[in-house]
Amino acid sequence: MKKQTRNLVLALVAAVGFGAVVPPSAMAQAVKSIRGADVAEQELQVGNFRPLPDQAPIDRDYVQQPPLIPHKVDGYEVTINFNKCMDCHAWSRYKESGATKVSLTHFKDRDGGELSNISPRRYFCMQCHVPQTDAKPLVANKFQRAEGLR
Amino acid sequence: MTDNNKSLMQRIRGAGWGAIVLLFAAGVIFWGGFNWALEMTNTEKFCISCHEMEENVFKEYRNTIHYQNRTGVRATCPDCHVPKEWGPKMIRKIKASREVYGKIMGTISTPEKFAHERLRLAQNEWSRMKANNSQECRNCHNYEYFDYSVQGRRSNQMHQAGFAEGKTCIDCHKGIAHSLPPVDQNIGVGREAVAPEVLHPPVQKQ
Repeated sequence: MKKQTRNLVLALVAAVGFGAVVPPSAMAQAVKSIRGADVAEQELQVGNFRPLPDQAPIDRDYVQQPPLIPHKVDGYEVTINFNKCMDCHAWSRYKESGATKVSLTHFKDRDGGELSNISPRRYFCMQCHVPQTDAKPLVANKFQRAEGLR
Repeated sequence: MTDNNKSLMQRIRGAGWGAIVLLFAAGVIFWGGFNWALEMTNTEKFCISCHEMEENVFKEYRNTIHYQNRTGVRATCPDCHVPKEWGPKMIRKIKASREVYGKIMGTISTPEKFAHERLRLAQNEWSRMKANNSQECRNCHNYEYFDYSVQGRRSNQMHQAGFAEGKTCIDCHKGIAHSLPPVDQNIGVGREAVAPEVLHPPVQKQ
């Protein structure tokens, strides 16, 4: 019994020691990105986009796409205290502000149950809706707008 | 005799002139010193020398366009919070002695205490600006010289509609330099927050 315990401890120490000896470079080699690119490689430079002034909304490209924001949103407060977006887009405000009202899809809980007001899970508008810009595709592609939306 | 009298009169007159010159100089020094001290309290540096201001309102203000922008033209604390005209400035400065009391008593000495007082403090400023027709905004943003052709679609419409209704800047532009107090926007379950009417007071018919 005692011998067994001692062997187990020795084995554990050996395993931990071996793990420490393995060079970190060998561990990095084991990590592969899905597209096979080198993980240590520099990522593509992201364009330094200027926020565009107010303009006509760009059409949607696929069916469930959250519509883009056709105006500047610099400095908009979306905190626990106040949601600047809802100050114009809420159902109680859109008539006065002339903004688009929030979609009824936002009045559902995650199980599809109807709510009487906007679901808290929709609170952070800019997780899905982003300001539009004339960004050129980073990679050449054959993407086409969904058939029903053309 | 007459010679003596003359010289006495001359002496009195000389002393009078001397006193006038001295008083004038003292006045210049006193008024200059008073003004200097007053202007010293009218700087961003002075405002954030208290941690109450630096930890709360200043940090919020640092994210806004009045702190940092394309051209570097700034509006610092006193530009919005202290009137430029002499009379209103003195009134505001005297009222500010209440803030010294608050500082000593630690009314907003922690972020929690500040959050608790935020609505009251914000409403103080909102009502002050409402009362003077947002004079501190208009010191720089003179709406009589707005060029609507260069304004965006939204500001163009809202400004003209707002002025037609007799609104003033602060009626809409609340929370542009600091975070707002909790406002009830009817999202999710209810919580402790002020009614939306506080933020958007109904238009008074004139």
